[in-house]
Amino acid sequence: MPVHKHDVVIVGSGLAGLRTAVEAVGSADVALISKVFPTRSHSGAAQGGIAAAIGNEEPDSWEWHMFDTVKGGDYLTDQDAAEVLARDGPRAVYELEHMGVPFNRTPEGRIAQRAFGGHTRDYGKAAVKRACYAADRTGRVILDTLYGQAVRKGIRVYAELSIVDLIFRDGRAAGLVAYDLATGELHLFHCRLLLLATGGFGKVYKTTSNCFANTGDGVYLAYRAGLPLEDMEFVQFHPTGIHGLGVLISEAARGEGGILRNRDGERFMERYAPTIKDLAARDVVSRAIMQEIQEGRGIDGQDIVHLDLTHLGKDRLAERLSDISSFVRIYLGIDPASEPIPVHPTCHYMMGGIPTDVDGRVLGKDLQPVTGLFAAGECACVSVHGANRLGCNSLLDLVVFGRRAGKKMLAQLPNVPWPQLPRDAGDAVRERIERLKGRSSGERVHGLRRELQQVMMERCAVFRREADLRQALEDIRALQARCRDGLYLNYRGERFNTDLLEALELESLLGLAETIVLSALKRTESRGAHWREDFPDRDDQRWLKHTLVALEDGEPAIFYRPVTVTRFEPKPRVY
Amino acid sequence: MELRFKIYRFDPRMDSEPRYQDYVVQADPRERILDCLNRIKWEQDGSLSYRMSCGHGVCGSDAMRINGRCALACQKLVKDVADSEVLLEPLPTFTVLKDLVVDLDPFFERVNQMRPYLLAALEEPNRERLQTPEARKKLDHVIRCILCACCTASCPIVQEGTPFIGPAALVWAFRNIFDSRDARHEERLKAVDTPDGAWGCRNHFECTRVCPKEIPVTKSINIIKREIEKALR
Repeated sequence: MPVHKHDVVIVGSGLAGLRTAVEAVGSADVALISKVFPTRSHSGAAQGGIAAAIGNEEPDSWEWHMFDTVKGGDYLTDQDAAEVLARDGPRAVYELEHMGVPFNRTPEGRIAQRAFGGHTRDYGKAAVKRACYAADRTGRVILDTLYGQAVRKGIRVYAELSIVDLIFRDGRAAGLVAYDLATGELHLFHCRLLLLATGGFGKVYKTTSNCFANTGDGVYLAYRAGLPLEDMEFVQFHPTGIHGLGVLISEAARGEGGILRNRDGERFMERYAPTIKDLAARDVVSRAIMQEIQEGRGIDGQDIVHLDLTHLGKDRLAERLSDISSFVRIYLGIDPASEPIPVHPTCHYMMGGIPTDVDGRVLGKDLQPVTGLFAAGECACVSVHGANRLGCNSLLDLVVFGRRAGKKMLAQLPNVPWPQLPRDAGDAVRERIERLKGRSSGERVHGLRRELQQVMMERCAVFRREADLRQALEDIRALQARCRDGLYLNYRGERFNTDLLEALELESLLGLAETIVLSALKRTESRGAHWREDFPDRDDQRWLKHTLVALEDGEPAIFYRPVTVTRFEPKPRVY
Repeated sequence: MELRFKIYRFDPRMDSEPRYQDYVVQADPRERILDCLNRIKWEQDGSLSYRMSCGHGVCGSDAMRINGRCALACQKLVKDVADSEVLLEPLPTFTVLKDLVVDLDPFFERVNQMRPYLLAALEEPNRERLQTPEARKKLDHVIRCILCACCTASCPIVQEGTPFIGPAALVWAFRNIFDSRDARHEERLKAVDTPDGAWGCRNHFECTRVCPKEIPVTKSINIIKREIEKALR
C-alpha cells in the first residue's frame, strides 16, 4: 500500500478545505484529498451569496447579524460562535475580494448586496441587504478563486481519492486510508494533523439539492471511530427546489422580490410571517409551503406552490438570476420572466455534524479536543447555525472557520510530533472490500439506497411524529442488516469502480440516517428545522441543549450539552 | 418510452480495442440523459464508468460526447434526443481511462499555466477595492466557466493534435486580463501572444457552439487578440 507523509492532510476541497489549506500551506507541508476534482466540489453549487454586515447598500452591524444568526437558529446557536462569525464577516468578505472574487458592484464600485431570508436590521424590524453576491453563482466563483490560490501556492492535491477509514493511535489522529478510484488501490496517508472538510450528506434523502458525492463519509467515519455527532436531527429543507428534481432555486430569487403563491394566487407568506413575509427563515417558509399543500392549496392539486418572478423583468433576471433562469428553462421548459416556477421544499443542508470548538478542533465524548483532529464546513457543527441555518451564512462559515482551523493547525504544528501508525492500518478496509467483492449474489446498492431515501423522505423530513420516527428507525436498521449481509457488487474490477465506491457510501448514509432519526425521536419539542407534530412547541426549559450521539458497544447512545448563551436570551421566534 | 443507448466501452488494461455496447431503458421525456445513464449503471451494468456529481450543470463532471457533440449529460433531456438512438462517447482528444472517463490532468495543467488567480498591486486597502459595475460586467460571461472541458475537446485545432492551449485556458486568461483589479495586464497578454496561445485559435466557433454555459468563447478569444494588437504592438 503506497504511504504518503504530509504534516497536514485535509480531506475535501470545497470552500472549507481549500480555505484551510491556503492558510496552512507554506510553513506546513499540506496535502488535499478530494473525492472529485477541486473545482467540482459541491460548494460550487451555492448560488445566492455570502453574508457579511459590510453595510454597502443599507446601514448594518455585526450585532444585528449575530442576533439574526441566533434567532435564525431558534436559539440553539452557540452565541460565542455566532459572534465570531458575524464579527469576522466583513474581514472575510474583503479578503475574498482581495483574492479576486468577482462580486457584483454598486454604482459606487463597492461590493453589491441583496436581501436574504432572516437577515434583518434593528434586531428583526425589517429585511436588510446583507448578502454579498456574484450573480447567482457566488459559490462557484469563490470556489474558483480559492482553487486559484491553491494553484498559486502549489498545494498538493490528490483528486478522486475517497477516504474509507480514519486512523487513530493512542487517542490521537494519525492518518487515514483512501481508495483511489482510478486504480482501485488503497493509499495510506500519515500526518501530524488531520482536517475533515467533507461537506454535507443530503443524499440521505430522496429529494435534495445536494450532489451525488454528498454522502457524509468523513462524518460517518468519525462516528464509527467512536466520536460523537452533534445536533443531527436538524436537517434543513430549502423552500424552493425545482419540483421532482430538487435542483435549487436560490433564495436570492425571493431576495430580489420573488413571491410564493398558492393555487389561489395568494401571497400566503403574509399569513405566516407578517413582517418579512417571503424572506422569513427557511424552516418557517418550508413549513408554510407544506401546510398550504396539506390544506389543499397546492397548484393543480399537486405537491407544489408557485415561485413568481414574472414581475422582476427580463433584465434583472439576466443580470442577477441568470443561472437559475437557465435551470428553469432547461429542466421545466419555462421562461421565468413570463411564467411562475413550480417549487417544493428540498433537503439542502445539515446543521449537525462533528462537534468542534471555534478553532475547528474536534471534540470527543468528553467534549475535550481530540489531539490532531480538526473539522470545518458543513461536516462540522461549531454550532453556529443552531436549529436552522440562515441563507448565505454557510459560505461565510466555510471561509471564517476554515481559516481559523488553518491558523490553529499552524500554531499547534511545532509541538506536534509524528504519531506512530498502527501496523494493521488499512487491514479492516481491505477485508471489507474483499468481502464485498467476494459475494456472488445479493442485493445491489441502488435498491437499498432508494429505500433509505424514501423512508427518510416520508418519515423524517419537514414534519415528524413519534410513530413515523420509530418506524423509520426500524426500517433503517433492517436496511443496515441487508447492507451488511447481502450487498453484492455487479462489477468487481479495479478501475473506476463506482459500484464499489457507492457500496461504501451506502454504509455512511445508513449510519448517518440512524443518528438523524434517533436524535429526532428523542427531541420531544419543535425547534427550527426539527418540527414535531406531536410536540409543536419549543420547550426551552427542557430542550435548550445540544444533542450528541456516539457509539457505545456498537450501539448509538444519546447525551446532551448546554447551549452557550451570551448576549441574547431566548425569545419567541416570530418573523 | 423506450430509449436505446449505444455506449463507448474501453478499459485500456483489459481491452485492445474500444467497443460499443447497447442498452435499453425506460425513460420519461423530461428526464436527464444522466438519469438514464444512472439507471443503466445501477440496474443493468455496474461495470460502466463515467463521472457525475451535481446533476444540474454547475460542477462540469459529466461532460461527454452525446450524439457526436460535447455536452453535459445532466443538461440534456430525453425529449431532446428521443427520436434517435443515443450515442455516448468520451470527450474527444483526451486519453480514455475507462469507458466515458478521460484523463483531465493535461486540461487542468493548461488552465493552471494561465495563472488562474488575480495578481493585484501589493498594497491592499482594508476594505474592498473599488471596481465599477461596467468593469465588472466585462467578466460576466467568462466567470460562468465550469471547466467541463467541452470546448477544448471540441476544438478542431486541438483535435489536430497541435500544441494549441485550447479555448478553456484562454477563457481563464481572459478572466484576469480584463479584470480591472489585476496588475499584470501586459505580462498576461504576452503569455498568450504566441502561436499556441490566442493566435492558435482559427475561429471555428465549435467551442462556442458546445459551451453548456453559453459563454461566447471564440468572441472572447478574439477580444484577447484585439487587446494584444492594441497593447503590445
